[in-house]
Amino acid sequence: MALIHQQNKQGLYNLVIPDIEQWPIYLLSKDRAPFIEELISNSMAHIRELLDDSKQKLHDEIARALYMERIRMKTEHWRVDPPDERGFWRKVNETIAHISTQKGIPIGQPTDEDARLFHEIVARYANEIPGIFSPNTYRFASRVVTFGFARLLNTASGIFFKNEFRLGDRLKITGNIEKIRELALKGTLIMTPTHSSNLDSLVMGWAIDAIGLPPFLYGAGLNLFNSRIFGFFMERLGAYKVDRRKKNLFYLETLKMYSRMVIERGCHSLFFPGGTRSRNGALENQLKLGLLGSAVEAQRLNFMRGTTETMGFDASHAKKIFVLPVVLNYHFVLEAASLIEEYLKRSGKEKYYIDREEFPGTRLLTTFLWKFFAAKSEVILSFGEPMDIFGHPIDEQGNSIDQHGNCIDISRYFVSRGIITKDRQRDEEYTRLLGNKLVESFMRTNTVLSSHLVAFTAFEILARKHGRRLDLYGLLRLPEEDRTIPYTQYAKVTEHVRDALRHMADMGKVQLANHMYGDINRLIKHGLTNLGVYHTQQPLAYDPDGNITSQDMNLLYFYHNRLTGYDLEQLI
Amino acid sequence: MQHAQEFTYGVIGAGSFGTAVANILAENGHVLLFTRRPEACREMLTQRTNRGQQLHPHVTPTIDIPDFCNRCRLIFPVVPSAGFREVMQQFSACLQPHHILIHGTKGLNLHLLPGEEIHPGQPVSRQQICTMTEIILQETVVLRVGCLSGPNLAKEIAQGQPAATVIASRFTEVIEQGREALKSPRFKVYGSNDVTGVEFAGVLKNVMAIASGILSGLGLGENAKAMLISRGLGEMVKIGRALGADSSAFFGIAGIGDLIATCSSSLSRNFSVGFRLAKGELLPDILADMNEVVEGINTVKLAKGVSLYYHIETPIVEALYQTLYNNQTIPQSLNYLMNYSFDKDADFL
Repeated sequence: MALIHQQNKQGLYNLVIPDIEQWPIYLLSKDRAPFIEELISNSMAHIRELLDDSKQKLHDEIARALYMERIRMKTEHWRVDPPDERGFWRKVNETIAHISTQKGIPIGQPTDEDARLFHEIVARYANEIPGIFSPNTYRFASRVVTFGFARLLNTASGIFFKNEFRLGDRLKITGNIEKIRELALKGTLIMTPTHSSNLDSLVMGWAIDAIGLPPFLYGAGLNLFNSRIFGFFMERLGAYKVDRRKKNLFYLETLKMYSRMVIERGCHSLFFPGGTRSRNGALENQLKLGLLGSAVEAQRLNFMRGTTETMGFDASHAKKIFVLPVVLNYHFVLEAASLIEEYLKRSGKEKYYIDREEFPGTRLLTTFLWKFFAAKSEVILSFGEPMDIFGHPIDEQGNSIDQHGNCIDISRYFVSRGIITKDRQRDEEYTRLLGNKLVESFMRTNTVLSSHLVAFTAFEILARKHGRRLDLYGLLRLPEEDRTIPYTQYAKVTEHVRDALRHMADMGKVQLANHMYGDINRLIKHGLTNLGVYHTQQPLAYDPDGNITSQDMNLLYFYHNRLTGYDLEQLI
Repeated sequence: MQHAQEFTYGVIGAGSFGTAVANILAENGHVLLFTRRPEACREMLTQRTNRGQQLHPHVTPTIDIPDFCNRCRLIFPVVPSAGFREVMQQFSACLQPHHILIHGTKGLNLHLLPGEEIHPGQPVSRQQICTMTEIILQETVVLRVGCLSGPNLAKEIAQGQPAATVIASRFTEVIEQGREALKSPRFKVYGSNDVTGVEFAGVLKNVMAIASGILSGLGLGENAKAMLISRGLGEMVKIGRALGADSSAFFGIAGIGDLIATCSSSLSRNFSVGFRLAKGELLPDILADMNEVVEGINTVKLAKGVSLYYHIETPIVEALYQTLYNNQTIPQSLNYLMNYSFDKDADFL
């Protein structure tokens, strides 16, 4: 496993573009006002097109947005919500009602004021979404993260004053860093990590900084801005706001337009294609395609612009977009207990009921971090092979490479009858294909940790033993006395699965952490220790006789799920 | 003939259906008809006929792959499924992202790991099967792919009789361009987004065509044929569903439409095999005698494997499998079918 080669004395890479004022994210922020104007007009044009330029449809959408926004304000009010929003929507309501009454237009019919309301609504969202990047906050935050984490790390390890442990010792990065740094200068990077914890954003932020890339634009849930301090930092670090409560057409399209336009402007972007944290602990296999679609569209537009500029068929100078899959793996996940609980409730419905009233999983972030560092646990961040938006691998120069090792001109995927054309349905299909390629890459890039292996084997042994008479939900309620697995059997099966994984790793189908090699007993102990550090009810533990048992089947299932999809079940 | 100057369409494979497709395309543009065999190319150039069909003046035979790929944007591969991958590998270096491929091959390939083998009668999973569309995606850089399927008996098309077909693709532009290229007063082209459904329907109907040939060869009447078609369709739907297809395609042109045509016509190769089997000929002799590939023989084996893997009841497939691969006599197979405990009509809906 190739770990990063530490570059400067903090163990970090130097910045690929040393001058902050040259960063696309800085330039975008400097150019904020005209950018927002362009965002408004582009969004409006796009929405009009979606509504077939129909006045009636526009009127209906305004009414729908008003209805949805009023429900949201009534049922889900957040501290971060602007104080004037109630007034704004009241005015929208009054305008629609007033015009209708005054002019005798029946309710539900388009009015002269629709166009103005349309502009105001889109403008409101267009002003709300973008953040403001501040170089000073960036420099400050970067130091805090590097220094603060190092202190925490060393304190937890009992050596406050020595810089013995650095963040890089705990957060390990694998992948072709040099290539990623090269590509960051040659095109626009879209980083797409798997998502299992709220800590992921923090880890990604650190990693991007550590490998010397400028900050990435990142759509942060608006709920994170409820905390003033956090919100202050997020906003000034370039995060833009994503409000998942707002589901009306105007908001969603303005948001998508924003993400497309920043990609077109060359701002590296990050989003979690799973849309939300993986509830069941598994690698994402169904992606939210909305923001991926922005990347496909931005690439097409870059090519269209490129060909117009060169007045020919050559789109090779157009800015390329590189998609960078990332898999984050933790030995234990901060929110594991509540995530799996939520997943089981949703998927099991009446079959799933909670045995106990209180769930012992909710812990404070600090406790988690403390335990994480004290236990010398590690987080592995694995960068997958960069790909173009069609999933082809990329060489160091940024060329797309086909299955035979030849360079291909991907602009031609947008060519129809000799010219690059806009075709929304085609873009959607390319986006779906990109989603599939990402899922495949996640599987290959996943770095298996000992904790995943021990959980997978234990759960599958129990499933094999009791699965004939019990469904999943029955299995999760298995009485404690039925959860014991004799150690010799357990070690044998675990070794068998580990060896299969090693074989798969040799074929490039998955990656293994360094500790996955060597003596199986040590590996099992490593897995059990790491899995057991954080949770009070241990997903997996030795019983007094040295056999293996589980105190919490839900958590065991959660960690087990990280290895589903590799067809390893048949080995049990 | 403005179109003829603007567009050059390509057809890979100069079999009888490939030639028929080339002739239809030629009504809307120039067509390059690729054949692997130089002597066949020479013959077409001199004789202007192929497989008993007169070549349209706009059809130009060729063996030159780079030139073919340079000149054609819309290409129709119509080659037997057994050689499909190899042909795609040959074309791969010359195919580019702007190409659109619409194949017209009704067959499946096994996709096995190195060293893996599947013997007759062994279960077969979806992962071990490749459709022709999947082969194109695996072997080339082309993404805009579609398939052409339907009741398209080459001889009838060549005679200029009216016919309908389906172009299935996930890309609307592929359907549109395919439709435009094939438009003809005698050829009605429908569109579908369910590529998998259309592909599996077209493939699985070959199994039933062999069975229908057997019934005909035995001299059985329309009642027996109707029974076969309706129950056969049910088995096709079940297998298709197990393989991940939507069932709607099975009720369209490429499903029931194609099934009726091939189950009723002695022009169908699969039908002929069944007919001759019922007349007492042996399978190896029949196959040695056919000058084109009979897709249904291989499909029976795969359908049997899929039924085993997914635990689907497919008595017609089973009876045919036993006849073709295990020397079960035709009367024994018929007896098996008539005594099989079907209990519910239309159980696939």
